[in-house]
Amino acid sequence: MLQFLAFIKKEFYHIFRDRRTLLILFGMPVIQIILFGYAITNEIRNAEIAVLDQSNDYYSSRLVQKIGASGYFKITTALQSEKEITEAFRAGHIKVALVIPKNFGYNFYHNHKAPVQLITDASDPNSATTLLNYATAIVGNYQQEMSGQLKLPLTIDVHPRMQYNPALKGVFMFVPGVMTLILMLVSAMMTSITITREKETGTMEILLVSPLSPGMIIVGKVVPYIILSFINALVILSLGVFLFGMPVKGSLLLLLMECGLFVLTALSLGILISTITASQQAAMMISMVGLLMPTVLLSGFVFPLESMPLPLQMFANILPAKWFIIILKDVMLKGSGLLAVWKPTAVLLGMTVFFIALSVRNFKTRLS
Amino acid sequence: MQPIIINNIDKKFGDVKALNNVSFSVEEGELFGLIGPDGAGKSTLFRILTTLLLADKGSASVMGMDVVKDYKKIRRSVGYMPGRFSLYQDLSIEENLRFFATIFNTTVEQNYDLIKDIYVQIEPFKKRPAGKLSGGMKQKLALCCALVHKPSVLFLDEPTTGVDPVSRKEFWEMLQRLREKGIAILVSTPYMDEAVLCDRVALIQKGELMDINTPEGIVRRFAQPMWAVGAGDRYRLMQDLRSYEDTASCYAFGEYLHVTLKSGGAGEDALCQYLSPHQDLTMFRTSAGIEDCFMYLMQEQNQ
Repeated sequence: MLQFLAFIKKEFYHIFRDRRTLLILFGMPVIQIILFGYAITNEIRNAEIAVLDQSNDYYSSRLVQKIGASGYFKITTALQSEKEITEAFRAGHIKVALVIPKNFGYNFYHNHKAPVQLITDASDPNSATTLLNYATAIVGNYQQEMSGQLKLPLTIDVHPRMQYNPALKGVFMFVPGVMTLILMLVSAMMTSITITREKETGTMEILLVSPLSPGMIIVGKVVPYIILSFINALVILSLGVFLFGMPVKGSLLLLLMECGLFVLTALSLGILISTITASQQAAMMISMVGLLMPTVLLSGFVFPLESMPLPLQMFANILPAKWFIIILKDVMLKGSGLLAVWKPTAVLLGMTVFFIALSVRNFKTRLS
Repeated sequence: MQPIIINNIDKKFGDVKALNNVSFSVEEGELFGLIGPDGAGKSTLFRILTTLLLADKGSASVMGMDVVKDYKKIRRSVGYMPGRFSLYQDLSIEENLRFFATIFNTTVEQNYDLIKDIYVQIEPFKKRPAGKLSGGMKQKLALCCALVHKPSVLFLDEPTTGVDPVSRKEFWEMLQRLREKGIAILVSTPYMDEAVLCDRVALIQKGELMDINTPEGIVRRFAQPMWAVGAGDRYRLMQDLRSYEDTASCYAFGEYLHVTLKSGGAGEDALCQYLSPHQDLTMFRTSAGIEDCFMYLMQEQNQ
């Protein structure tokens, strides 16, 4: 036991004396979650809009005000003629142009029809569609307001409800993804690097010629990272909750236990990588290329899995990240209990056992 | 019981024969030197004995324990200092020592008398990270760490390579003292001058043992008369000697060239005659050192 404690103490010395490790361990998660949370988002705010108001009456200027006050748009240019529309788009700042023809208010009340034109820059089709929807919705609202209690004889009354994320916050999708990504990277990369470093500097040679058993060497190397990665998980979780307003609807205890489980899965993957590589660089490359890319692309974190071709969907099943994201979303957003997430939990558990068994088999008690 | 017994060990790396039919044994309390140039197979032999590598053929035992079967027991009872400095560079002297003491289930205090002589020399720097020590201090620390659990056998792989002459001398003095404490020591070195400090040496070259004997024995077996020759223009002297038909061997050795003749002692006058055109010529009989023997044996093996 004393041996074991000494080993862990030594490992903590390594971590705390190496600024680079510390930075990766604690700097990277915070920076990434803030970056992903704020910068990388598919919500649109303050899109620049140009207005060509040929009507210039009370009703048209109220419409323009409504659009400006929505938060989605920022009115930056007031156009004078139709010719200027093309120029404004070419200049590249505006995403949408709103054209209100002459006699807007008169047409609405007397001809019962007032045309309005919306022109969007569709070189980015997704945001063009989104902006168009926003603008149409605002116009629609305004129309109801103008027509007052006017009732149509027969209507289908649609009551949409955005379950689990009523405000449609993109953060709700990103925080679980980023948490997964960071925990995966930090845990797997750091453990694979720290074990291969012993090989590279030759200290593994001395450790092997000592009473320490291989199992104790590995566990001793990994325990500090279990603790640190779990602290990391807590930091990311609290950033998600307090900075981005992620709810934790399910049991906090369950959530933490799932985090702990995922940390173990990632660490055992890191151990596995370290048993098949001989240098820190190789370990880093494998962790980066082999884990980062699939985790970002195929875990359902950025792109929806359902729209991928079947082989890729199948492949995604072997990524621990996919299952953890499911668990996180279920527990945090839907408030599911263990009964609802037992399947992905079991998958993660199975993966962990598998990775550890494979590592133990691969670990060499000798040099070659 | 002989602490180290090696029987017909073979080891290949791909097509390269690292060790070829190596056999020898080390007696109790003996300081045994493994002398040979880089790439002779010294480190490979060390790794086989410390259970880090498996031999292709042959057997070996350390303290009566088989290196394959009882590897766990051997790992518990030997001290090993690899050829490359392999301590934690970011840990201080003190932390390294305490760490290695603890993983061997002992404490620095318990075996302090064993390492005291060495440790006092590096103690003033005990807070310094191992990576920032000089070469000599690093090796002293590594020796302390290998000794701290009071091993019954000590394996030192090139402990003085890259160490300054003064520290080398000190290091060997320590080894002498450790031997007096009854620890069997197997030490390898590429430096011939260190061979005479061992009780017995094995000369190794290209994976084959050329000779095993006491340093004096090895020199004694080298019975040919030898001359040390010096002159103003050493380069020409060497060329002349190497092209001389009676020359058996000619090697630079310090400020002189060591020469042996095919005709032995009888050719001395003729050689004198042959070299007379050289300025500042000095020539005298000398006795062979270990290095001469090594060169001679090496040449023999190559032929």
